[in-house]
Amino acid sequence: MEEFIRKSMEQRVVITGMGIYSCLGTSLDEVKDSLQHGKSGIIFDNERKLFGFRSALTGAVPHPNLKNELNRRQRMSIGEETEYAYLATMEALKNAAIDDAYLDTHEIGILYGNDSVSKAIIDAVDIVREKKDTSLIGSGAIFKSMNSTVTMNLSTIFRLKGINMTISAACASGSHSLGLGFNLIKSGMQDMIICGGAQEINKYAMASFDGLGVFGNDALPATTVSRPFDKDRSGLVPSGGAATLIIESYESAVRRGAPILAEILGYGFSSNGGHISTPNVEGPALAMERAIKQAGVKPSDIAYINAHATSTPVGDANEAQAILQVFGQTQPFVSSTKSMTGHECWMAGASEIIYSNLMMLHGFIAPNINFENPDEHSAKLNIVKETVFKEFDLYLSNSFGFGGTNSALVIKKIND
Amino acid sequence: MISEKINEILVDEFEVDVDLIQPNLNLKDTLNLDSLDYVDLVVIIESNFGVKLVEADFTNIQTFQDFYDLIKRKTSEN
Repeated sequence: MEEFIRKSMEQRVVITGMGIYSCLGTSLDEVKDSLQHGKSGIIFDNERKLFGFRSALTGAVPHPNLKNELNRRQRMSIGEETEYAYLATMEALKNAAIDDAYLDTHEIGILYGNDSVSKAIIDAVDIVREKKDTSLIGSGAIFKSMNSTVTMNLSTIFRLKGINMTISAACASGSHSLGLGFNLIKSGMQDMIICGGAQEINKYAMASFDGLGVFGNDALPATTVSRPFDKDRSGLVPSGGAATLIIESYESAVRRGAPILAEILGYGFSSNGGHISTPNVEGPALAMERAIKQAGVKPSDIAYINAHATSTPVGDANEAQAILQVFGQTQPFVSSTKSMTGHECWMAGASEIIYSNLMMLHGFIAPNINFENPDEHSAKLNIVKETVFKEFDLYLSNSFGFGGTNSALVIKKIND
Repeated sequence: MISEKINEILVDEFEVDVDLIQPNLNLKDTLNLDSLDYVDLVVIIESNFGVKLVEADFTNIQTFQDFYDLIKRKTSEN
């Protein structure tokens, strides 16, 4: 009975661990320094140019060697995005003070954002094209090729026994994974969930996106091209890696003496019901309004907005209008960390919560680098050009994706 | 010797100590093979010897020696 009463009451949901593998660094400390110094992780990749890309710019992360960390079967079943997700999750579990014994004795779930697997599928099909025999593909390919590759592999590696599924919602996948995990914990259905997002960086993954002509002008210096909200922006820069957050009920965190990094107060979602790739103003505004309402705060309480802004002409302009519609004259600080990372796509909604948490925990707001001249909409926002050193305790993070899927999260510093 | 080459690729693929492999020992138990590993065994034999194994080929394979004999037979048929 006591258990039923406890479970039937709404739980507070807190973040107790974070891990990151991104072009800004492969640990929380490195990434914090990059954010603070406005350091870009974008490079020019000549291989892409030779391959036929219109824009050869990309975020770059080192290729991990997991030979000493995972056994043969585990390594054979994971592709690039899962390698990144594994390392991010290892750091997050350590950060959350969760060891093997805890994993084995508690029900932990996983909801992770991922919306493509390109290289593994292409490699497997190439073998069949050459050999004319599927029996020569090998056993690992199927587990690398499915969209749920990250969650099927991590749940096996970490012996997880709770909810287990991949969230595919384009460039809002990582954010929705946190939002959905938030609701499962809030309702008492799970005590702890590994959330996050992973994004493969290889050229196969980004070729069709590049074909749309929405990537930035690669004739310009690589680190200057991702310039969200700037009037001279020419398009986005693709990027990737992985970001993992351990979320759990406040009660669980206190019970095990876990370090509490932040609290999730609100999750707002919406769908534009319109164009497949061109965003609008109303959908994102509704997601923000819902997140703020659920958080039980006023727009003027929010100190910082980590914008979705990817550096595309229409997307940034519409988000700027949506922010103005929701926040009016309150003018919270706004920056898009994509100015440094490029667009981390499926990972972005999770990584940007980590970036924002690092800012909130360390008392600064990272700059929207390359923001030199506003356009008519961004001129009305309070966009951070240089790092602002300031303590703050409440922020909102936006993530939007193809198909008009929108997610907004409101996160608070824990002061109690 | 074909057995040495087979041992070499088994050690490389299944990451076992070469000393564990003896002709009279059981192939499946020694290498701890599961159903997925047999899929990979087919791949490495094809890529190294140019012969394709099928499920029926494994029916009577117990020891490493059985396996060496199978590959010898298959390669001579090729």
